[in-house]
Amino acid sequence: MDLDEHLFRRESGRMVVALTRIFGVHNLALAEDVAQDAFCRALEVWKVRGIPENPAAWLMTTAKNRAVDVIRRERTARTFAPEIGRLLETEWTLAPVVDEAFAAHTIRDEQLRMMFSCCHPRLPEDAQIALVLNILCGFGANEIASAFLAGRAAIEKRISRGKKVLASARRLFDLSDAEFTMRLSAVRRALYLLFSEGYHGASGESAVRVELCAEAMRLTALLREYPPAATPETDALASLMCLHAARLPARLDSAGDLNPLLDQDRSRWDARLVAQGLALLEFSAVGSELTAYHIEAAIAAAHASAPTVDETDWALIVSHYDRLMAIASSPVVALNRAIAIAQRDGAERGIEALHAIDDRERLNTYPFYPAAMGELELGRGNRAAAREHFRAALALARNPTEQRLLEKRVRTCASESGAAKADE
Amino acid sequence: MSEFVFLFRATEAEQREAMGTPDRAQQSLQTWLAWIRDLEAKGHLKDRGQPLEPTGKVVRGKKKVVTDGPYAETKDLVLGFIVIEARDLAEAVELSTGCPMVEGGGSVEVRPVRNLTF
Repeated sequence: MDLDEHLFRRESGRMVVALTRIFGVHNLALAEDVAQDAFCRALEVWKVRGIPENPAAWLMTTAKNRAVDVIRRERTARTFAPEIGRLLETEWTLAPVVDEAFAAHTIRDEQLRMMFSCCHPRLPEDAQIALVLNILCGFGANEIASAFLAGRAAIEKRISRGKKVLASARRLFDLSDAEFTMRLSAVRRALYLLFSEGYHGASGESAVRVELCAEAMRLTALLREYPPAATPETDALASLMCLHAARLPARLDSAGDLNPLLDQDRSRWDARLVAQGLALLEFSAVGSELTAYHIEAAIAAAHASAPTVDETDWALIVSHYDRLMAIASSPVVALNRAIAIAQRDGAERGIEALHAIDDRERLNTYPFYPAAMGELELGRGNRAAAREHFRAALALARNPTEQRLLEKRVRTCASESGAAKADE
Repeated sequence: MSEFVFLFRATEAEQREAMGTPDRAQQSLQTWLAWIRDLEAKGHLKDRGQPLEPTGKVVRGKKKVVTDGPYAETKDLVLGFIVIEARDLAEAVELSTGCPMVEGGGSVEVRPVRNLTF
């Protein structure tokens, strides 16, 4: 019998929040140790006896038993969770309280509370994300570092600083807190960044990146299970994640190479995720607030609704980008708008739009600005100019996947112009 | 065919490192189970052996002095063993390379079982 992929990682997050409920957030390290012990024990036993019928339940039971042992051993020396401390002092209530902490509904609530706690305003966004990945998703510092192009030491520092902030709050974020709405915004932003990192991320480890998308979607779904958090804006975020994730099978081919949207084999898009994304977009279309997530989802929906590139409603997409620029402008949004303008109005207009981007200098290290120039020059028939732009883009490539994509574009310009040598 | 014992060894630090993250622990477990299954399927697994507790005692000398041991922190600890059947030492070594402990920081000691026939 084989284990579900990433079963341990998933159960790790659930175990840690259940144990934190019992031990208290100031004892988060203890919770992590007990979870680690459960995995050690699993390896010891399963290596000899094979995988049990219900591995997840086995792990949780082991963690539960270990927690009871720890409490019995340490209750005179330590304080545990302030909310339930007294109940751990006596054998009458110890087992039921521990059982309750491991119940499915408790774990769901505690995962939410932990997510909200990790998105603490005192922590920079990259620390919030690292914390969510480490505690809720069971990623180690090394794994997070490989996903975020950061060193392991930097990530470990981010995580440990984050855990200090968590511990200083003395308890996990209370979902009925007055700060709920603001914190919800921060949680959505963290999940959006997490998804983006997985989808667009500059790091080379494409396998890990796709997992980041999956985790972001899983946590957003968790948000949606809690009515006060299931606002239209949350639905819009969930929609945009589904619609982008639907394209992943076509975006990355089996060799790990990147296929730009315009070149993707749309038959490989995940139809189920497209349907889900479109349904979520419907749900999000209530109330008076139009957020950036709504518009990004609408743009993704416009692409998803076009069976072929040529059937794409570029005029609609440009109008969406116009709206997006009005509420959340950035050079990258302007760049994507310019690309859409080129599709609607031709390469000339596209190039004009690219030149007209405000704060263009912020795109100096972004390979897809010169790449866009290259595509448009290619569209105009200026192969030599296009090749120069692609070469410039190649120089800015941030990982082997981008490198290969841009090398291909350089070669495309060279091969059909005949006179030019590919390695000039 | 001859018999060989695989002694699995690792220091405590190596074990902790191999456990590492939940993903790595799961990988290690799955690799182990696949390796054992493979040995069994190909008829090499003679005895499933035993896993060993990391603690115990050491008894030595005329005075039968008993000390705590083995010293897990400094030495490669024997974590367990299995007995396999292989054509020769070279094949036994080849079979041992599939063990996740080899890449995971520990080691497999391959020892031929002494042939006591004449």
